[in-house]
Amino acid sequence: MATFGTLSDRLTQTFSALRTKGKLSPADVDGTVREIRRALLDADVALPVVKDFTGRVRERALGDEVNKALNPAQQVVKIVNDELVTILGGEQRRLQFAKSGPTVIMLAGLQGAGKTTLAGKLAKWLKNDGHTPMLVAADLQRPNAVQQLQVVGEQAGASVYAPEPGNGVGDPVRVAKDAMKVARDKQHDVVIVDTAGRLGVDAELMKQAASIRKAVDPDEVLFVIDAMIGQDAVATAQAFQEGVDFTGVVLSKLDGDARGGAALSVASVTGRPIMFASTGEGLDDFEPFHPDRMASRILDLGDILTLIEQA
Amino acid sequence: MAERSWSLGGALRGLFTTPVVDDEMWDDLEAALIGADFGPDLTDEILDHLRSEVDRLRITDPADVKRLLRETIEERLAAHDPTLRLSERPAVVLVVGVNGVGKTTTIGKFAKFLTGYQRSVVVGAADTFRAAAVDQLATWAERAGAGVVRPQQQGQDPASVAYQTVERAIADGTDIAIIDTAGRLQTKAGLMDELAKVRRVVEKLAPIAEVLLVLDGTTGQNGVAQAQAFIEHAGVTGLVITKLDGSAKGGFVLRVQQQTGIPIKLIGQGEGIGDLTGFTPHVFAQSLVP
Ligand SMILES: Nc1nc2c(ncn2[C@@H]2O[C@H](COP(=O)(O)OP(=O)(O)OP(=O)(O)O)[C@@H](O)[C@H]2O)c(=O)[nH]1
Ligand SMILES: Nc1nc2c(ncn2[C@@H]2O[C@H](COP(=O)(O)OP(=O)(O)OP(=O)(O)O)[C@@H](O)[C@H]2O)c(=O)[nH]1
Ligand SMILES: [Mg+2]
Ligand SMILES: [Mg+2]
Repeated sequence: MATFGTLSDRLTQTFSALRTKGKLSPADVDGTVREIRRALLDADVALPVVKDFTGRVRERALGDEVNKALNPAQQVVKIVNDELVTILGGEQRRLQFAKSGPTVIMLAGLQGAGKTTLAGKLAKWLKNDGHTPMLVAADLQRPNAVQQLQVVGEQAGASVYAPEPGNGVGDPVRVAKDAMKVARDKQHDVVIVDTAGRLGVDAELMKQAASIRKAVDPDEVLFVIDAMIGQDAVATAQAFQEGVDFTGVVLSKLDGDARGGAALSVASVTGRPIMFASTGEGLDDFEPFHPDRMASRILDLGDILTLIEQA
Repeated sequence: MAERSWSLGGALRGLFTTPVVDDEMWDDLEAALIGADFGPDLTDEILDHLRSEVDRLRITDPADVKRLLRETIEERLAAHDPTLRLSERPAVVLVVGVNGVGKTTTIGKFAKFLTGYQRSVVVGAADTFRAAAVDQLATWAERAGAGVVRPQQQGQDPASVAYQTVERAIADGTDIAIIDTAGRLQTKAGLMDELAKVRRVVEKLAPIAEVLLVLDGTTGQNGVAQAQAFIEHAGVTGLVITKLDGSAKGGFVLRVQQQTGIPIKLIGQGEGIGDLTGFTPHVFAQSLVP
């Protein structure tokens, strides 16, 4: 992407000018913080999060740890990187499994975020791990969502509970509730509930999601969010947190070139861990989330560290 | 009209009711534009423009700044002609975009819009990749009263499905042929080449009237990269912005229009078959800055 590396270039320039000084003045720090602010906004990090973040960086950059450092410029970059990784990886954790009975994972998110595809990915991954997952078709809204889940389930080698045809027919809360009994009877140890995409501002559908959650009492509610989303990530994540109260986040479509600033927005606003990265349309394109990789993706700071060392 | 959730109304409320034009007003305005996904560069550009106008016209009332903002946005949007070109017979429309933005849904709505005007429509399921994509398009075609051309076998070459769709439109004397394609990220070279091939193959039969790039209204600055790549590989002639029924403001489309010169032609505002409208710069600007 064309804008990639421009922060690197600009910061390297700023820093090489600073190198001879040995000590950073508040004006130097402000200049650097301005560059970082701009880069974060270019990466689609939400403005309130950017403000918070740069405020903290500024404070630390003016403190002792920088003034006493051998290379203050490098120390500032380290602080930025540390802060990013801290927010992104704040509470890194694995999937929570139920102590008894089937483990229930419910998926929620905006339209087209990648929920149904993720259902297949999770099923395949869990199956390879010796589990016996069952997929539940609780999106009865989007045209042919049920068939899509059936195909994906077949590709993953997992069974699919789809008692209703969908396309507006059937009650998703009912399906979710019945699915729990079916899972117990057929001794599936994991249940993955696919739900319809919904907007944060759609109060009625948000209530439906809450009812589905109540019906299945999930161990995990995963909020799937598209890495290409812009400033609205915060409002949407908050709406889903209030509406269904998700336990973890999955960042999808990371195989593109979006910088993925939403990761920072969502993690810092909701405090929920980002657990997985979805990186393609194939069922194997899925991995645990790596905060350090995401940090350098958002700000491309890895390069700057080496550049400053060489300067 | 009720204020739409994607309007800047909320972000601007209170902003222009302050008695004077001061730093705080400018800061708040900057926050509103950034928050609406205009991006830092375009935000600066718009603010610089407004500041110089405020100086030049000696504006002191924030309400006038708001009017200026609306006019600026409208002017930029109106620099391009949003008219759909569908006069050829058949008029072939190719619909492209990244994954999950609303291509198939838009085709359903658009087909219904056209059949509502007594145009005959056939849609082609050239997304032979995604699970149940063909069935999804067929469902929409049925709702819209349009014909559908399905692949003859699983995983058939998308270009050949597109070809067969246009072939059928010609044979049946159908007015408009709309071709659905699989979502693809603009960074996937092989998949972008596939689109170029679909174009080439279709053009053996008939010229392509419109190539519509669907952009998700919730997208951030990556929307610009999407537009550039699809313009290069698929020869985009118009933009469709979807999901503007949510709380995202879609400000990135201004950047897209400005950098590419490609007009917005349609707006999607919901999952229902009637939730599609043409694009009117005045209405858009008025809704964004009420
Ligand atoms: N490139 C890429 N595409 C993805 C990824 N995850 C999902 N997709 C694609 O994105 C599109 C939407 O994915 P779905 O799984 O249908 O999304 P959804 O959230 O279930 O959508 P709705 O049910 O309509 O709300 C499809 O074309 C998927 O193939 C990913 O990580 N990378
Ligand atoms: N709220 C809202 N949802 C929309 C709109 N347009 C499409 N959708 C939803 O977005 C999701 C994806 O729509 P599709 O039409 O399948 O998108 P696509 O671009 O064809 O997706 P792929 O073929 O998988 O790349 C579905 O759940 C649609 O119902 C819109 O304007 N508003
Ligand atoms: Mg789905
Ligand atoms: Mg589609």
